[in-house]
Amino acid sequence: MKKHNVYVCRCEDVTLDELYYWIHRGFTTFEGLKRQLRIGMGPCQGQICGEVIRRELANFLKKHPADVKTHTIRPLIMGVPLEAIAKAGDQDES
Amino acid sequence: MKADAVIIGAGISGSSIAWHLAKKGMRNIKVFDASYLTAGATGRCGAGVRTQWGTKTNCLLAKKSMEFFEEAGDLLDYKEDIEFKQAGYLILATTREEEAIFDKNIKVQHDIGIPSKRLTVQEALQIVPHLNPDSFLSASFCEKDGHLNPFRMTDAFYQAAKRLGVEFFFYEPVTDIKTNHASIEAVITDRRIIETDVVIDAAGGHAKEIAAMAGIDVPVFSEKHEILATEPTYPMQDPMVMSFSKNIYCQQVPHGSFLMGRSNPDAKHNHDVTSSWQFLEKMAKTVCDILPDIGKLRVVRQWGGLYNNSPDRQPIISSVDELPGFYVACGFSGHGFMFSPITGDLISDLILDKEPAINAAALSIKRFDETSNGDYETSVV
Repeated sequence: MKKHNVYVCRCEDVTLDELYYWIHRGFTTFEGLKRQLRIGMGPCQGQICGEVIRRELANFLKKHPADVKTHTIRPLIMGVPLEAIAKAGDQDES
Repeated sequence: MKADAVIIGAGISGSSIAWHLAKKGMRNIKVFDASYLTAGATGRCGAGVRTQWGTKTNCLLAKKSMEFFEEAGDLLDYKEDIEFKQAGYLILATTREEEAIFDKNIKVQHDIGIPSKRLTVQEALQIVPHLNPDSFLSASFCEKDGHLNPFRMTDAFYQAAKRLGVEFFFYEPVTDIKTNHASIEAVITDRRIIETDVVIDAAGGHAKEIAAMAGIDVPVFSEKHEILATEPTYPMQDPMVMSFSKNIYCQQVPHGSFLMGRSNPDAKHNHDVTSSWQFLEKMAKTVCDILPDIGKLRVVRQWGGLYNNSPDRQPIISSVDELPGFYVACGFSGHGFMFSPITGDLISDLILDKEPAINAAALSIKRFDETSNGDYETSVV
């Protein structure tokens, strides 16, 4: 398969080609790549792309995947509307 | 290893300083960062750039920086999109006292040619129709203000500096600075010793700790500020909407998501950047009051970053009398990203003994030795 046809991040439409473009510019950590490509910033929050990119980085760096750090886990685990958060906060106070 | 200058911190300030110094002819510049590019405050900031300030110094810094951003792609020969969007900052006044401050601020801005203007509620609604008209009394607006992608802007300085021969070292924290009486001898990292007599402290949230390694006391402190991001949606809000009194800034970035943040008046002075549910709840309530339609969007992520605050909430861009060769660029009080071009320009002028574009005394660390002139920046979230 051609690298520009392989999507490593489905939330932000990032292809394997684009991933390697930035890896070759010196961005060889997940967090560094995240800030240029938005991988891990979409609705999946790295749960899908995290492992795929970890393997690509391991290949490139000639390391075992377990030795490549993946994304920082941040809240929220799933998307919640702002107004639902605001209302839930009001209920707590009553 | 030897260097003509060592820059500590490869965030937006350090990267800009590196490029400006190299551009003005300095060679053998080395930049050390404790982590990856934009791991610190730069990569955690709200991505806003504005010229509407309350002090003349901040207005000047902002105006010069905005002029650079307008040409940044060409100046740095950068091919990627820096996502510069000049759709303005709409700043809401919600009390009579705040309206009086805005009237005063706008005179300061006009004096140096910043094209800001005061707007009525109706005029503000024409720019952002989904504003709650009952949540504010009037507004201030400048069309030059807007958004810029902090990761790409830093990468632009980083790549351009590298092309001029600057060397960057990541994941290599500075552990000590060796001095002998009033001169610098070396910078020590966890891996090597770099002999140098010029050191620039651009370590953001850790600038005070770095300066302390050289025996210099910089009157700044760091505190956590939090931000959240929503899912992307169709373009629905042009300018940044901000209110100092309601404690909010909220902008739709070109990618489509909304970024919003607020400060915590009880924030402790430390290096904690963890996310809190208290922020999430207060942020949600504030945005639902001012911009109710935004309330329908889902939050996908929240994070924290450090403001490095100075006593008057204006930057310290300065040499240090006690230690010739030591320079500080810190205390940006949450605005280091938007002031980064002028920061690099001023520090490089100080080092190369050139006449700076802005009166250096107003930014000097020495201003805190004297009795305060009351020139305190209040236009801060």
